[in-house]
Amino acid sequence: MALDTVAIATSNPDSTQPFAELGLKPDEYARIKEILGRRPTSSELAMYSVMWSEHCSYKSSKVHLKQFGEKAVKSDALLVGIGENAGVVDIGQGYAITFKIESHNHPSFIEPYQGAATGVGGIVRDILTMGARPIAVMDPLRFGPADAADTRRVLPGVIAGVGGYGNCLGLANIGGEVVFDETYLGNPLVNALCIGVMKHSDIKLAKAAGAGNLVVLYGAKTGGDGIGGVSVLASETFESTGPAKRPAVQVGDPFVEKVLIECSLEIFAEDLVVGIQDLGGAGLSCATSELASGGSGGMKVALDRVPLRDATLSPEEILMSESQERMCAIVEPSKIDRFLEICKKWDVTVTVIGEVTDGDHLEITWHGELIVDVPPRTVAHDGPVYSRPLAEPAYIARVNAEVISPPIPQTAAAIKDAILMMAATPNLADKSWVTNQYDRYVQGNTVQSQPDDSGMVRIDEKTHLGVAVATDANANWSYLNPYEGAKLALAEASRNIATAGAKPLAVTNCLNFGSPEDPGVMWQFAETVRGLADGCLEMGLPVTGGNVSFYNQTGDVAILPTPVIGVLGVIDDVRTRTPMSFDRAGLDLYLLGASDSNMSGSEWAYLHEMRGGQAPTADLQREMRLIDLLVKGRTEKIFSAAHDLSQGGLTATLTEMVLRHNIGATITLDNPGVSLFVETPGRVVVAVEPGKAEALKKAAGDIPLTHLGATGGDALVVNDVVISLDELRKAHTATFEKLFG
Amino acid sequence: MKVGVITFPGTLDDRDALRAASAAGTTAISLWHNDADLKGVDAVILPGGFSYGDYLRCGAISRFAPVMEKVIDAAHGGMPLLGICNGFQVLCEAHLLPGALTRNKDLHFLCRDQKLVIENNATAWTSDYAKGQEIVIPLKNGEGSFQCDDKTLAALEEEGRIVARYVGENPNGSRNLIAGITNERGNIVGLMPHPEHAIETLTGPSADGLAFFTSVLKAMVK
Repeated sequence: MALDTVAIATSNPDSTQPFAELGLKPDEYARIKEILGRRPTSSELAMYSVMWSEHCSYKSSKVHLKQFGEKAVKSDALLVGIGENAGVVDIGQGYAITFKIESHNHPSFIEPYQGAATGVGGIVRDILTMGARPIAVMDPLRFGPADAADTRRVLPGVIAGVGGYGNCLGLANIGGEVVFDETYLGNPLVNALCIGVMKHSDIKLAKAAGAGNLVVLYGAKTGGDGIGGVSVLASETFESTGPAKRPAVQVGDPFVEKVLIECSLEIFAEDLVVGIQDLGGAGLSCATSELASGGSGGMKVALDRVPLRDATLSPEEILMSESQERMCAIVEPSKIDRFLEICKKWDVTVTVIGEVTDGDHLEITWHGELIVDVPPRTVAHDGPVYSRPLAEPAYIARVNAEVISPPIPQTAAAIKDAILMMAATPNLADKSWVTNQYDRYVQGNTVQSQPDDSGMVRIDEKTHLGVAVATDANANWSYLNPYEGAKLALAEASRNIATAGAKPLAVTNCLNFGSPEDPGVMWQFAETVRGLADGCLEMGLPVTGGNVSFYNQTGDVAILPTPVIGVLGVIDDVRTRTPMSFDRAGLDLYLLGASDSNMSGSEWAYLHEMRGGQAPTADLQREMRLIDLLVKGRTEKIFSAAHDLSQGGLTATLTEMVLRHNIGATITLDNPGVSLFVETPGRVVVAVEPGKAEALKKAAGDIPLTHLGATGGDALVVNDVVISLDELRKAHTATFEKLFG
Repeated sequence: MKVGVITFPGTLDDRDALRAASAAGTTAISLWHNDADLKGVDAVILPGGFSYGDYLRCGAISRFAPVMEKVIDAAHGGMPLLGICNGFQVLCEAHLLPGALTRNKDLHFLCRDQKLVIENNATAWTSDYAKGQEIVIPLKNGEGSFQCDDKTLAALEEEGRIVARYVGENPNGSRNLIAGITNERGNIVGLMPHPEHAIETLTGPSADGLAFFTSVLKAMVK
């Protein structure tokens, strides 16, 4: 293909261009022409097509996401909000935490190992870009049925990819989720969260300010991998047939990224950059246009200077390449020598590819010929915005009208079988087979990790300040009522922070949905965002950023609406955290919070193939009182242990508690067939010393308190049902080994 | 007494090893792979990680790092040298210890709390343990299966050069459950599990690992 320059585009305005193949709609293409006053060059077309893709431009979600800003409470803790690479939160003592969650769903279905690996790599670079040292990761994952043939292809590859990349970066993996459902069979969800720590003064932003400053590309060389990944993969629904799209998945090298992290942190420590941006989705198109828009807009780049792994790449391909492990920095000329020296120390390839100008156009040349001349904001921020049609899908009225009454086990034998079945079912079974493939110890600051309610990391070794993070989604409830489902997921993640005694501080989210072109899916999405924004407003928690993943759909079948909510909490002294289980006999067990008998959306109903009913209504005022009680229970040393009730209800919570330290429990329940399996939100089991019963009652206030029984023995005893810990452990731990081992 | 911890590109557990050495009361000093300078340290730790990305074979490139020439000379002279995980792999590649570490038997990376028995407490790194003492420290690696020929294995057993063995089920397929070995002189120890991640119960499964670092402090004082 001959080089298409601005001069040619001007003199030859009518040549046909493959905008549709690049994912642009006719009206979008027309708008590009209007912006430029001529047809775009092929390089410009490449840039606009990737930057205006759903994945990069949020064109279908923007109109809804703005609620996070409009409804936000004023929070002094929020140092950097939505719009930058990741939000930054003040946690005191001069420390700031940046955290964010992103999806890498589509690539992980096509190429599970590389898809998951580069998902981790991408979010880690986002965190690094803010100026922070990445310290921990979490991975909420969703797959098709555990026994499906394709799950056996996808799951082991995804787990190995998350571990293979994250372990090699030296990031502690402190939790996540593994959930199975039919709707994820052709659309597994691979979400990755990363947390980074820095001092307030270290915050870096993506801006190219100061004419004459240099544009520096450093890290891996640019190759042909991932070209069109964004537009072709993330923005298009999988059809059951179609050509293989394997080459569009990026291939990662965690060693290069590890070196890039250490090299960047050394560069940041010496204050050598004015602005910085990582190269992720849309590669150089994104980095140059976002950096330029962050400044006055003027930038000149000589694209032929970009070091290549494949010398045959065309300028369009270089602009679209999603090769991993690359960063783009803006450096003052006086600091460039030191910058180059640090890169040399770490053997990192580094090239000055351009400079900031005092104009307002991004100009890119190829061997001296002008191939891109655009106002960068039009590429990075002024993409199309759609108010897509939305309508409550027909299924809502139908499923909400269903009365859900799964069989209730009555006899001791039936209850025992049910407890063992729940302990072993893939959604509730022990996940060690997964988490044992992740390094949870590296950096030496991990205080809690899976199977604890939240991951907890020590931030300061002297003051013992720490943070806790939890991610949760309850797609079953979101399916029944996306508005309540989002609030309930927010409440659950917050509760999971609080059981350890940490205080929820800020929220990130990864919103996984089907096709936005389906009005029903768009309604699910709109309701979810409204619910999450309302919930965050009510709970006083700022949304610091997030990610939207649409088109998780095979043919007409969309995934369950799956808003994964991440909550960050702070704890002043990690040594005083409340553990998730008891390590001795003779403690009293109490249930905090009221229970009802609504089985809708529960694991017990799911196991009986009942998907309908009505989701619970989130009572966030009650949740906040419960959170206060959990924090108070830690600071006043009332609790010996606390563990959340969520998926699987009381039986799942008790199973996890007794097996943690191999200490049994004896429980008395009025109606065990219901109360073991119901999933009423806003409940926690706590263990307290008998002498602290009065203190507990006083602290609980109006939160209902039910005495369940006591710890001890080598069995889980519920009324007349006795299950030895050995038998329970066997049921709980055998599942994953049997399915995937 | 100064303990040096080497950072190669791709090293991950260097900060943990520095922390553990400090906690034991030594002065911990960071060493850089590309500097042929031991900065006057009295002992050296090669920490865990994926040095040079584990390209070619684990540890195969690191052994040629400029700093390693000095380390090898000093170790031949009796300086205490501990290789943890990737560091153990480097020691084998450098022929300071016999054998090799290969892929775990089930081919997965494995991270878990591992029970070990200390079999040799006469090395520079294990004198603060009792012989036969059982400890629990993290094991985390993809290539931790210790392999060697029959003759070497027999010599290691006869000469009491097996420092620690896995207790219970073999986690990775190592011959004779070997978790760590030493040289004839007892100054060089290679260990697959991670004592530096078990110096306090807050962040580790136990504080059982600290004695590796207090042991070397005593060895250096001697």
